[in-house]
Amino acid sequence: MPAVLTPLLPPRRQLLAPGDPINGHKGVDLGDGMQLVSMRMAICQALFEEMTANDKIFVMGEEVAEYNGAYKVTKGLLDIFGAKRVVDTPITESGFTGIAVGAAMTGLRPVIEYMSWNFSMVAFDQIISNASKMSYMTGGMFSIPLVMRGPNGAGPRVSSQHSHAVEALYSHFPGLIVVSPSTPYDAKGLMKTALRQNNPVCFLENELLYNLQQEIPIGEYTVPFGVADLKRQGKDCTIVAINRCVIWALEAAEALAKEGIECEVVDPRSIKPLDIGAISDSVRKTNRCVVVEECYQTGGVGAEICAQLMQTCFDDLDAPVERVTTTENPMPYAENLENETLPKPHRIIAAVKKACYR
Amino acid sequence: MVTTSELTQKPSSAGTTADSSPLYRIDQDQVREEIGTERLLKMYRQMLLIRRFEEQAEQQTKTRKIAGFLHLYIGQEAVATGFLEHLSPGRDSAVTSYRCHAQALLLGIDPKELMAELYGKVTGNVKGKGGSMHFFSKEKGLLGGHGIVGGQIPVGTGAGFSAKYLGSGGASVVFMGDGATPQGTFHESLNMASLWNLPVVYVIENNQYGMGTACARAVSVENIAAAKAPGYGMQAFTFDGLDLFASWKVAQQALAIARAGRPVLIEAKTYRYRGHSASDAALYRTKEELEHYKTLDPIDRVQKALIDCGWLSAKGAEELYEQVAEQVQEALTFSDESALPPLSDLQTHVFAD
Repeated sequence: MPAVLTPLLPPRRQLLAPGDPINGHKGVDLGDGMQLVSMRMAICQALFEEMTANDKIFVMGEEVAEYNGAYKVTKGLLDIFGAKRVVDTPITESGFTGIAVGAAMTGLRPVIEYMSWNFSMVAFDQIISNASKMSYMTGGMFSIPLVMRGPNGAGPRVSSQHSHAVEALYSHFPGLIVVSPSTPYDAKGLMKTALRQNNPVCFLENELLYNLQQEIPIGEYTVPFGVADLKRQGKDCTIVAINRCVIWALEAAEALAKEGIECEVVDPRSIKPLDIGAISDSVRKTNRCVVVEECYQTGGVGAEICAQLMQTCFDDLDAPVERVTTTENPMPYAENLENETLPKPHRIIAAVKKACYR
Repeated sequence: MVTTSELTQKPSSAGTTADSSPLYRIDQDQVREEIGTERLLKMYRQMLLIRRFEEQAEQQTKTRKIAGFLHLYIGQEAVATGFLEHLSPGRDSAVTSYRCHAQALLLGIDPKELMAELYGKVTGNVKGKGGSMHFFSKEKGLLGGHGIVGGQIPVGTGAGFSAKYLGSGGASVVFMGDGATPQGTFHESLNMASLWNLPVVYVIENNQYGMGTACARAVSVENIAAAKAPGYGMQAFTFDGLDLFASWKVAQQALAIARAGRPVLIEAKTYRYRGHSASDAALYRTKEELEHYKTLDPIDRVQKALIDCGWLSAKGAEELYEQVAEQVQEALTFSDESALPPLSDLQTHVFAD
């Protein structure tokens, strides 16, 4: 398992402006082969590089072209690649998802943006009945090289219908790959992997991480599916965290360190396939585990990790695995209620202390 | 001879719209000449093959060699036969619903592998993983075989998107039942196809019933294509779907429009003799209605035309039928003798390589 690849926070220097005003893929050259990028730049850079290398890749979705993306992830791509390859759609998720499936069956490599994964529910049938099953139900005759991407999880104060976390939902179905990067480095590397393989990928981003900055290599690299990353080393308790929860877990770990509890933060990066080996290795070291995710507890990713840890680490655990999830209510609007609903650091700290009998 | 459809002689049960009959009129002799002997005999044989293949498949549900859903196309043969004759496999593509046996046979997939798929054998079209509703061919451009009503409409639209993107000159034919037109995917697909000038022909096969619900109880207009196409700025054709000559002629024109860069919406007024699936006794319609349509049988009509003009003798027709029956028998034997998929296939192809 790779150690922390590059320091996540703080960056060597802060970006004063949100990057190149025209080209969303351009980072700030720091010398020594490194660049400073935000999460949105990193994703855009992966798209730019792979679209340059392969003219079968095109981007489609609501506001991706002339508006430069609702969250500016596709900024500049229209000017570079033209309207043929950066396609604005009407508000019609089921329709354009199905079109992407058909295009993938006939020689193209679509990237579709859901303005948020909340809206993917409208396209659920196309994702599940068509994209996820096509390889199997055609006996391997057709594959669906399709990347579905967009922000997942709660936005800032957007309440019930705009705060779904879908990683458990889409992980349930065989045939879909589900990844959710927490850092710009991982996002770029995973996106490049996604664009070079032949399966439908749910690429789950997070609106509140788009400005997260990191120094990453200027040169070529990829991050494979199914390989977790240690975001922090520690000996007392393992925290498995996904996407934005990694940031909260790191915050919680810093606070806990001051109380003498050293947490190891494992970021699976891909939920399916899941690197249960890396998670188990960490739990064998710490003998305790807390899983943090933005999904609900019932049938969540944490439930799956707990069940798998029962198989791999039954004799290694010194305490029951704790789960910190979104509480089981639709997201409320009020700030104080939203804070309690999300798996924020104060709840992670309490869970770690419980697991450590502190 | 100018034929108007006998369908119009039957009182319509449809609602209160002001649609006038938009049925496309053809001069049958002229169209027959245009099709030519060889091609017409080929299509006639294809229709016989579809009919025989499905009748035999239906028999095998009684022996339980075939299980699950079996949605039969019997009665509708003229529609897909007329349309797919115009396609070039490798360039064009077609997609349809779960009622997909005819399209697969017409595109030239071996009846043996199709029957073996119905038997759930490893030699089947998709290795026993799909069954009756999921016939595919990458080589021949068949994109399914889809089990969710309306789910195939955007997929076929995507094939049109690819054709335009790649500049292949290809077109996509998207078949659906009348029951799929109330689905959202119908509206979403037609809107984008028109917006983006995609080479797609949408063919509504109106067989009068969405499962057991009469079309007039499910769709707000009587003539679906004629009423809805203007809403998407698209051209519409409506034709007697029991008439191969009308089907072929409308398809020729529709595909020319599509290849020139505009989508087209078609409605074929047709009829299925069997229930929605093999398990449906079709108690929602009268025996008289079924008998009426059997007098309009699409295969009988082609046979009559062929014999009337001297392109086929009664004996020739019998010989063709025998050939087809033998071909289907070979498919049955092949399926009987084929092996089940090995258990090691259970989790192959969940993901592509």
